Amino acid sequence: MSYISPVLWQFLTKWLTYFAIWPQEASTVAPMADALYLFLWGMTVVGMILVGALVFVFSVRYRAQKHPEAVQIEGSTLLEATWTIIPLGIFLFVFVWGAWLYFRIYNPPANAMQIYIVGKQWMWKAEHPGGQHEINALHVPTGRPVQLTMISQDVFHSYSIPAFRVKREVIPGRFTTVWFNATTPGTYHLFCTQYCGTLHSGMIGEVTVLSPDDYQRWTEQSTSGMSLAQNGERLFNSLGCNSCHNGTAAARGPVLAGVYGSKIQMDDGTTQIATDGWLRDTILNPSQHVPAGYKPIMPTYQGQVSEEGLIDLVEYIKNLKSNYRNQQTLVTTQSNNAAPTTPDMVKP
Amino acid sequence: MSTIVSLPDQSTATLPKRSYLNAEHGLLSWLLTGDHKRIAMLYLVSITFFFFLGGFFAGMIRLELLTPVGDLMAADTYNKMFTMHGIVMVFLFLVPSVPATLGNFLIPIMIGAKDLAFPKINLLSWYLYMIGGTFVLASLVLGGVDTGWTFTTPLSTHYLNTHVITTATAIFIAGFSSIFTGLNFIVTIHRMRAPGMTWFRLPLFVWSNYAASIMMVLGTPVLAIAITLVALERTIGIGVFDPAKGGDPLLFQHLFWFYSHPAVYIMILPGFGVISEVISTFSRKRVFGYTAVAFSSVAIALFGFFVWAHHMFIMGVSNYSALVFSLLTMLVAVPSAIKIFNWSFTLQKGSITFETPMLYAFGFIGLFTIGGLTGVFLGSLGMDIHLTETYFIVAHFHFVMVGGMLMAFLSGVHFWWPKMTGRMYPESISKLAAVTTFIGFILTFFPQFVVGYLGMPRRYHAYPAEFQVLNVLSTAGATVLGVGYLLPLLYLGWSLKYGAIAGNNPWQATGLEWQIQSPPLTENFLETPVVEWEAYDYEWLAKKQQAELSHV
Ligand code: HEM
Ligand SMILES: [Cu+2]
Repeated sequence: MSYISPVLWQFLTKWLTYFAIWPQEASTVAPMADALYLFLWGMTVVGMILVGALVFVFSVRYRAQKHPEAVQIEGSTLLEATWTIIPLGIFLFVFVWGAWLYFRIYNPPANAMQIYIVGKQWMWKAEHPGGQHEINALHVPTGRPVQLTMISQDVFHSYSIPAFRVKREVIPGRFTTVWFNATTPGTYHLFCTQYCGTLHSGMIGEVTVLSPDDYQRWTEQSTSGMSLAQNGERLFNSLGCNSCHNGTAAARGPVLAGVYGSKIQMDDGTTQIATDGWLRDTILNPSQHVPAGYKPIMPTYQGQVSEEGLIDLVEYIKNLKSNYRNQQTLVTTQSNNAAPTTPDMVKP
Repeated sequence: MSTIVSLPDQSTATLPKRSYLNAEHGLLSWLLTGDHKRIAMLYLVSITFFFFLGGFFAGMIRLELLTPVGDLMAADTYNKMFTMHGIVMVFLFLVPSVPATLGNFLIPIMIGAKDLAFPKINLLSWYLYMIGGTFVLASLVLGGVDTGWTFTTPLSTHYLNTHVITTATAIFIAGFSSIFTGLNFIVTIHRMRAPGMTWFRLPLFVWSNYAASIMMVLGTPVLAIAITLVALERTIGIGVFDPAKGGDPLLFQHLFWFYSHPAVYIMILPGFGVISEVISTFSRKRVFGYTAVAFSSVAIALFGFFVWAHHMFIMGVSNYSALVFSLLTMLVAVPSAIKIFNWSFTLQKGSITFETPMLYAFGFIGLFTIGGLTGVFLGSLGMDIHLTETYFIVAHFHFVMVGGMLMAFLSGVHFWWPKMTGRMYPESISKLAAVTTFIGFILTFFPQFVVGYLGMPRRYHAYPAEFQVLNVLSTAGATVLGVGYLLPLLYLGWSLKYGAIAGNNPWQATGLEWQIQSPPLTENFLETPVVEWEAYDYEWLAKKQQAELSHV
């Protein structure tokens, strides 16, 4: 309906929100989810009325006082077919609509801005590429697709922003993602919706949606001075990764520049695609990702790097467009370069 | 076409001299019995106990949620409350409820057999159930467990120091109880039907328990495996679910829901059977589309195994597998919809009376329709993202399980109470209870749909203040609902001693169980009956009664 009549839609949702039976709509998908929700209630109400009316009318008309003799009816193939096909049709329609919405909510656009989320008992840490860190809070601008890449440090959590109608499970050991495009400045609830132990209900926070200008200001004020990629670079060097992955011809490890998003020929003949999760896994389980032409000599970094550290490393590797910076920082581990602007996401 | 006539009360207002109840005396005669009817009564008493225990936890949960701040109990205590509530209700009440009590009592009689195929295994099932229950109580006494009834790993394996293993053992053992019950039913229904009792003369109650039994036998072992793996992971750290050891944390979800999704049908299908019997009896009509109803039970049982991943749409399963599971979910919704219409149309041209079981059955239809249709919300992928893990889920499954299943259970208990005990329950107060339950139910759980859409997560000990009004409504409703559940306990207990004598067939029903004395003899039938009429053949019944009248 938001397409058919935006005015009517606004009127309706304002009214529903006013009576506190409707959450605020603060993302581009919110009205789409709401439209489906209304349709589904429509279906439910019609179904209820239909069944209620059947039961009520039959009960009145055929009550024993009025209708002492039951007439035996075996059934009716025509009726059976009707009430099989009509619900089936409606449910299939709902299936298609819901699937469309799902792909819309879970397939990020290529130009989405990246934010990383780490969940742990019982807090949400957000890491912006520009070096802003927040706990139980998230600042995002309006009018820009934002993609969250999330991982848990311990148990299952689930990142839920009701006003955006989005939610995604946050799982140990693998990255999950969700994206949204916020429309209305304001602060909204952030919940953990997967039961995660004692303080589950305390694992909440606020999502603050800012206008692009305010967001710009916030970004500048709250940066820690080091971007994630810069942190990653420091880690890369201090963990000794650079001793093998140093980009020289004689190096014992492959060149990492430009690796992100590419197809890699493996030692065992398969090809693998270097996604965020793949990069993370390579650092933790190198023996399972040996590229063709290299020896399985890389040690595992399991237990040596925190999830945040892994995010920094991944972010660093993603940003390695050429090998230049790495060689340079072999000499100066501390970099004072300004934080890079948010990189454009390259979809694998 | 012939009218059903009321017979003069042949039981002459006394209970039969001999019945399964007084065949033997003493506690031991009950604890060592092989009689399916006595075992059913043992189950009835035990599951009633656990139901009210679970109800107590529900009350504590609702009381805590009266205010937004978590002030009544500590967060850990609250977490233990809803875990215990869920575990007790699901594993110790819902799963065994209809099959183990009504099914146990009635299936052999309905098919004209003297007992189940394996009476000793039947008794063993009850002991396993009780041992499982004891383990749950033990974990409670030792300090409780706070995994949630879903035992999500790695929370349950690595991050909790509560009595996870004790509880897991409980569920493992109780699981075998339902496997054995299922096996017993399947063999009995295949092998022990009386002459003339063909598959398509079986009452629908038998069909639906048959379908549920298939699911118990196929599904429960997977739960046992999942639970065992949790215990092994906790004790010796085998690492199947631990990503640090190369395990997959989602694997547990797959295993758990592979059982637990079919489990909701294990819970609800036998309820469907009850509703078919009750509606048919009180409208004096054969169930509309008997074959369709019978086959849709089996269809649900089979397709129910292919939709487990709809509990995992937001867990990072691939978009395309989500698509497949959503589609299959929509397909399983259809047989349930079919049944609702079949029941409604059974009323058409009937001769309807409104005794208590019928009121509960109407309550079932209303609540189950809402519960079922809100399931379609959750099967719809994009909508599920917002709704899952909120109170919308809590509302949905309570509508299905508590609104649907419990209404069906109470309907059945009232319906067969005269057969089981030989006495009637008091009619007007039981009607009051049915209505109270219905109203209390709507008031308790409807607000939860709304608060769920607003975003309130489930399993929250404290919540933002703006959700309070709806929570207060819900708690008020729970109070009414609690009264609705307590009433039957009281008057059914009362009726054991003071209830009017029921007679063999107080409802003028056609099933074999109504053609024998109430309460039945230990051997059910003195001679094996020969079945010459279709299920729900009221014309046959009328003829039979006419014949008996002319004998008098
Ligand atoms: C007066 C009646 C009842 C009330 C007020 C009630 C209330 C609740 C509430 C508030 C929750 C959600 C806890 C949470 O997620 O924070 C819950 C969960 C649950 N209830 Fe009930 N309930 C009632 C009856 C029942 C009955 C009769 C059954 C089953 C026969 C049942 C089965 C469950 C299950 C399986 C859960 C899930 C537990 C979990 O989240 O782990 N409830 N109930
Ligand atoms: Cu959490």
